[in-house]
Amino acid sequence: MKQVIMMVLFFSMPVWAVIDGHKYPFEDPQDAERFEQLAEDLRCPKCQNQNLADSNAPVAADLRDKVYELMQDGKSDDEVVTYLVDRYGDFVRYKPPFRLDTLLLWGGPVILLLLGILLLALLRRNQSQPVSALSAEERARLDALKSRLDEEENS
Amino acid sequence: MNRLLLFIPLIIFALMGVVFWVGLGIEDKTSLPSPLIGKPFPEFELGVVEDGRTLTTADLKGQPALVNVWATWCPTCKAEHSFLNKLAGQGIRIVGINYKDDVMKARDWLKAYGNPYAYNLSDPEGKLGLELGVYGAPETFLVDSEGIIRAKHIGDLNPKVWDSLKLEFGAMQ
Repeated sequence: MKQVIMMVLFFSMPVWAVIDGHKYPFEDPQDAERFEQLAEDLRCPKCQNQNLADSNAPVAADLRDKVYELMQDGKSDDEVVTYLVDRYGDFVRYKPPFRLDTLLLWGGPVILLLLGILLLALLRRNQSQPVSALSAEERARLDALKSRLDEEENS
Repeated sequence: MNRLLLFIPLIIFALMGVVFWVGLGIEDKTSLPSPLIGKPFPEFELGVVEDGRTLTTADLKGQPALVNVWATWCPTCKAEHSFLNKLAGQGIRIVGINYKDDVMKARDWLKAYGNPYAYNLSDPEGKLGLELGVYGAPETFLVDSEGIIRAKHIGDLNPKVWDSLKLEFGAMQ
């Protein structure tokens, strides 16, 4: 009986998401996963090449706490991201939205790819042009050079 | 046509050169544009460092102000402090936000280096800082008399920065 109680207690323990030594308890393991995913997808505004999960900057810790707090209030992932974007700008998202001013960002690689294909096609077309036959004059010069070569080899 | 194709690498090189040159010329890549420009200053209810009374967003309105986010742990804040003293001497209203700091340390600092602030809001947990999207003190906001944020500067205030900000500040008067 004691073992059963222990087992029940063990499996009913809350889950923790641990980031940078700080424990964030969650009732639902799914929420813990959501939290970890958000911390992965949000960017630290101070140390610009790290996400909230990787960064140990104080502001990253504050933002992680805020994400946790908002999640405890029952906010959805989108609402959490919007909250931070409203204050810190699109920069906090690793995945920028598709808008008029981000058109070059999203379309740039496609444009470069198309340019590359165009360049390749142009080069190929040039190479595939048949080599024109020698004119009579060129043929005569070639023959003269050949016979000179023969003479030099024979002498 | 063949001849023209030969110039393509040169053209690509020139274009990349221009892009990188412009990239190098961008002065401060670490300062991000704030989405708060044109928005009302966030609601707050915070204690004042100097005397402990509580102020709210309503107290900020009425006349334009420079809202300066600072802390005693921030070396750049020390660097800009004498310039803030100078601005206050010219009659510019500066409101301080003592960000993630200790009130006692803040009081000592103000005693030692002078107090250019109309008052300092104490934000020990950085809650107002988070509402303002603060990520690196010092940061300075231009807030008009209606309580609307008009501009933001990240980093220290100095005569060069003020030259460009003061036009905007003057327009708010």
